[in-house]
Amino acid sequence: MSQDAVIRELAQQEYKWGFVTDVAEERIPKGLSEDVVRLISAKKNEPEFMLQWRLKAYRHWASLERAGAEPQWANVKFPPINYQDITYYSSPKMKPSLNSLDELDPEILRTYEKLGIPLQEQNRLAGVAVDAVFDSVSVGTTFKEKLGELGIIFCSFSEAVREHPDLIKKYLGTVVPHTDNFYAALNAAVFSDGSFVYVPKGVRCPMELSTYFRINAAETGQFERTLIIADEGAYVSYLEGCTAPMRDENQLHAAVVELIALDNAQIKYSTVQNWYPGDKNGKGGIYNFVTKRGKCLGVNSKISWTQVETGSSITWKYPSCILQGDNSVGEFYSVALTNNFQQADTGTKMIHIGKNTRSTIVSKGISAGHGQNTYRGGVKILKDATGARNYTQCDSLLIGDKCGAHTFPYIEVKNSTARMEHEASTSKIGEDQLFYLRQRGLKAEDAVSMIVNGFCKRVFRELPMEFAVEAQKLLSISLEGSVG
Amino acid sequence: MSLLEIKNLHAKVGNHEILKGINLTLNAGEVHSIMGPNGSGKSTLAQVLARRETYEVTEGEILYNGEDLLAMKPEEAACEGVFLAFQYPVEIPGITNAYFLRSALNAMRKYRGEDEVDAMDFLPLMREKLKLLDMDERLMNRSVNESFSGGEKKRNEILQMSVLEPKLAILDETDSGLDIDALRIVAQGVNAMRSPDRAILVVTHYQRLLDYIVPDRVHVLVNGVVVRSGGPELALELEDKGYTTMETATSA
Repeated sequence: MSQDAVIRELAQQEYKWGFVTDVAEERIPKGLSEDVVRLISAKKNEPEFMLQWRLKAYRHWASLERAGAEPQWANVKFPPINYQDITYYSSPKMKPSLNSLDELDPEILRTYEKLGIPLQEQNRLAGVAVDAVFDSVSVGTTFKEKLGELGIIFCSFSEAVREHPDLIKKYLGTVVPHTDNFYAALNAAVFSDGSFVYVPKGVRCPMELSTYFRINAAETGQFERTLIIADEGAYVSYLEGCTAPMRDENQLHAAVVELIALDNAQIKYSTVQNWYPGDKNGKGGIYNFVTKRGKCLGVNSKISWTQVETGSSITWKYPSCILQGDNSVGEFYSVALTNNFQQADTGTKMIHIGKNTRSTIVSKGISAGHGQNTYRGGVKILKDATGARNYTQCDSLLIGDKCGAHTFPYIEVKNSTARMEHEASTSKIGEDQLFYLRQRGLKAEDAVSMIVNGFCKRVFRELPMEFAVEAQKLLSISLEGSVG
Repeated sequence: MSLLEIKNLHAKVGNHEILKGINLTLNAGEVHSIMGPNGSGKSTLAQVLARRETYEVTEGEILYNGEDLLAMKPEEAACEGVFLAFQYPVEIPGITNAYFLRSALNAMRKYRGEDEVDAMDFLPLMREKLKLLDMDERLMNRSVNESFSGGEKKRNEILQMSVLEPKLAILDETDSGLDIDALRIVAQGVNAMRSPDRAILVVTHYQRLLDYIVPDRVHVLVNGVVVRSGGPELALELEDKGYTTMETATSA
């Protein structure tokens, strides 16, 4: 069997997270209007300030939509989205308040178990606290009490709005305002749930916090919002994972993540994104249009983004850092893989405002099949950012001859003391590399997987240990059948 | 039964025929050398034996252990004991040399239905072989062949061979790019592999490697065919007279 055949065979592997959970759901009618925004807010029993904030965002979004201001600059192609044909709120029917996670609908518990995220007390993942978001709502958060003893707040966004309104008022929209972009405005209007984290002064969060997002319902969008605040000297490591059923239609996922690090605080945010990528002919899949940004507000603060993006039919995502505090540090480590007909336009922005701010960007793009992979990066050194430094490394790996890799680095320097380094490479998995590994007894698919893992090593090293292995496996599965 | 029987082998790349009817028999326990000028087809023969798919075999057959070698994929041939020490070893960035070698060993063990070797058990085996080749252990924690010197790459090939213990080892111009000390160490590594149940095929352009690895038979390949075969003294004759006399012999 030739290498092409081996690859083709592998490519036939199915997306194994594509099942649908049969659970009674409550959803509102399709379409978006002020009334829908009011309805979502009412369903969540939100205080007035939250409703007003949503309405402001909705009006802004509606004006953008009327003006046809949906962003067009990304290097991705898709038919126009009919925003009136989407359901903006869907939740599994459940008891109004649960005393413990064990009371959750067994179907939902089974779903998370199948995804490898057991929520029940007895089989929880050790050392990882999980907030499970199912369609529009958070269905449960583990280890809440234990974290509470340290003063750490880890709960669903809805709960935070009700229980910690002062923190929400103070920080919501301060990193990603509702006017930021089209999808951020949409999210601000209709976001339904997400996670909220607050780590108090001087506390080092003793376990990984994680949110697991699951889209289950058909014809709905998922619009979650995450807000993480690390107070002075605090440390937190947070991980999100995502999956969705296989469907022929495209589903919209437009999330917003805001991170805030105060003096000497550190936030590490890791993503393993595995939304349904569509079938091998490019039918179906998730549109992953996400705005993620962190603000290093305090001196010596640090925010690192690590992402492994293997899913979604289209990814539009630029986790960024605003380096405001002096000596603050921003990092971005990314592996983005596009196979079959997937498209990704992803990268980061590093905005250097404070003195001696430093940023590191390591981007690894892998294109296979007909996949199109774009790195888009912006590094800005503002006038007062004396002594700022950036290092960017941007590598592309091509598998086969029908895919594409594109790089758009933008660099803007307004302070002459800045030091910038940019390295880029594009390579192809060579027949010589494959033959070498196969001559040493490795099967063709294992050989490809080894080469790709080697290529991504610099990024995998940044992932929390528990997830690095998972990410490698995911990459191998996503790649299967891709080499010629 | 011979370990390797090559019968009337023809092979081409694209439309360019390189091997034009090779006949060769190699028994377990023997060391043979293939010599010939540049472009004579030596490396092609080595690659065809390792089942590289860029070479198309148009005629003839290869029996390995009595089985049809040409029906095997590269990894099957490898797991059946065919090892090629590459003329130009390939770099695999981000994968450590130790991890790679252990993965290769385990792929072969798995193929034979044996238990895989874990990192702890692998270490002493690796150290023993490193010592034999006078190699620095630190090379094992570097990415495969990445920024290795020419000599380090060639030694690394021999290291792999001694860990994987093939039945048929093919050395493709392993001497090229080696200084005399490295050459001696590499030859020592190869000689340590000589055994009654293993055959070694040494492909080389120069005679000097054969001062250290003394072959049982020497075959001279010119323009895709074996023009002469003989004992080790044939290599010396070549050193003396060059390939030109043999080339004219064939064209006549």
